[in-house]
Amino acid sequence: MIEVQHLSKSFGDRPVLHDVSLEIREGETFAVIGRSGSGKSVLLKHLVGLLKPERGRVVVDGEALDALPYAGLRRVRRKFGVLFQGGALFDSMSAVENVEFPLRTFTDMKPREVRRRALECLALVELPDVGPKRPNELSGGMQKRVALARAIAIEPRYILYDEPTSGLDPETSNTIDELINRLSREIGATSIVITHDMHSVLNIADRVGFIHEGRLHWLGTIADLHTSEDAALGSFVRANAYQIGAPAPAA
Amino acid sequence: MASIFANGTAALLDRPARAIASIGRYWLLLLRAFNVPRDLKPRLYLQNLMVQMVRTGVESIPIVALATAFTGGVTAVQALYQLENPLLPLSLVGTFSEQAMVLELGTLVTAFVLSGRVGARIAAELGTMRVTEQIDAMEAMGVNSLSYLVVPRVLAGVLMFPALYVISVVVGLTTSALVAQASGKLTMAFFWEGARDPFRPYDVFFGLVKSVTFGFAITSVSCYMGYYTRGGAEGVGVSTTMAAVMSCVLVLLADYLCAAILL
Repeated sequence: MIEVQHLSKSFGDRPVLHDVSLEIREGETFAVIGRSGSGKSVLLKHLVGLLKPERGRVVVDGEALDALPYAGLRRVRRKFGVLFQGGALFDSMSAVENVEFPLRTFTDMKPREVRRRALECLALVELPDVGPKRPNELSGGMQKRVALARAIAIEPRYILYDEPTSGLDPETSNTIDELINRLSREIGATSIVITHDMHSVLNIADRVGFIHEGRLHWLGTIADLHTSEDAALGSFVRANAYQIGAPAPAA
Repeated sequence: MASIFANGTAALLDRPARAIASIGRYWLLLLRAFNVPRDLKPRLYLQNLMVQMVRTGVESIPIVALATAFTGGVTAVQALYQLENPLLPLSLVGTFSEQAMVLELGTLVTAFVLSGRVGARIAAELGTMRVTEQIDAMEAMGVNSLSYLVVPRVLAGVLMFPALYVISVVVGLTTSALVAQASGKLTMAFFWEGARDPFRPYDVFFGLVKSVTFGFAITSVSCYMGYYTRGGAEGVGVSTTMAAVMSCVLVLLADYLCAAILL
């Protein structure tokens, strides 16, 4: 379980997150929604200790990240698979080598087994033939899927997705959503998805947290989302209505 | 008026304060990088080290050979020009060339060439990794990115620069000898006689120590510049330029210190 307790973060004079508290339960898919620049990605980076909180803390399976030494933090990080917004594939390696990287680094598998597992992961994201290609030879959607294969290679307990469908066409976005659902089912991982894509949220999330002006403004299930009368949330959902097939908000 | 004075003082103090902070961060980076975690496999470091040794050393041989070939040639031409006095033996051309290449030019020319070739490449590579979140991805996996990225590059510099120094001296002296012979004023045997007479093994030791120092300075400062890149493409450009410039400055500083301490 991941607990975020009274988390605050500023960059210089600019406050980004203010007193955010939430709990992510085992096995669920939790979506964090909000406008661009609302602090969603900053929250995600705190979950793996890539940023240090100014106030508050993040607790993963009972361990407070800010209290851990660097070696302990790296041990906790191995429970995570992270899909970064741009994929963040290592461009000095081919697609299959990218997927092999965590396996070669953290497991005692033999080279042949490593290759077999990497190809399995690539097949899982429906890209069985891109192994020898370099990241710059792949489209944006393919890069994200290879990055997803890399994130799941060592079967993490938690998978973090930073804007997994941003910049992708609707069809590829649907494929990514299906993959997230499938991976949650097949490897039983807890998923945290940072997004402003409401279509994706409705497809994959169990619960939703809405970050507004640096605060966790609203928290609830998908069912609650449909019935909520919160003005800021309503405005955000209506602004993204075209993604979920609802009529666009009146001017 | 008081606020203008206060702002001016703050601006004046800002630059040295940032420079001191940078020096501190540079040493912290090295400390953290060389604190190699025991939970990562030595095989991976070794593989990475081999790749970096090829990129830093083997792939630099042609440009180092070219640069030192011309340097050796110029040394011979200038020595011949200054030895027009018939009372001075022309074998001094060999002496000058040997002393210049072994003590100074072999290391310095190699270091300047590699500040651009190796330093800029390292900074651009790590800088791009930083701005495209590849370093974050590595950290998020639980890899000590500093250790994984910095140690093999710095070790490759320390191990390969001496080898490049030896190559540069051999190429430089050979070209010097060929140019001297082509001048028709002295024979190859006479050149080598002049080169051999003042030779001291300590000079080679001095050159090797300098090349290790330069290798460390260039690769470590370039790793620092690249690793802490900020911004996008512009940030990578700034880091790359700074890496090349700072490498040259550090090489000159280290060159003086080595001469002052070891000679």
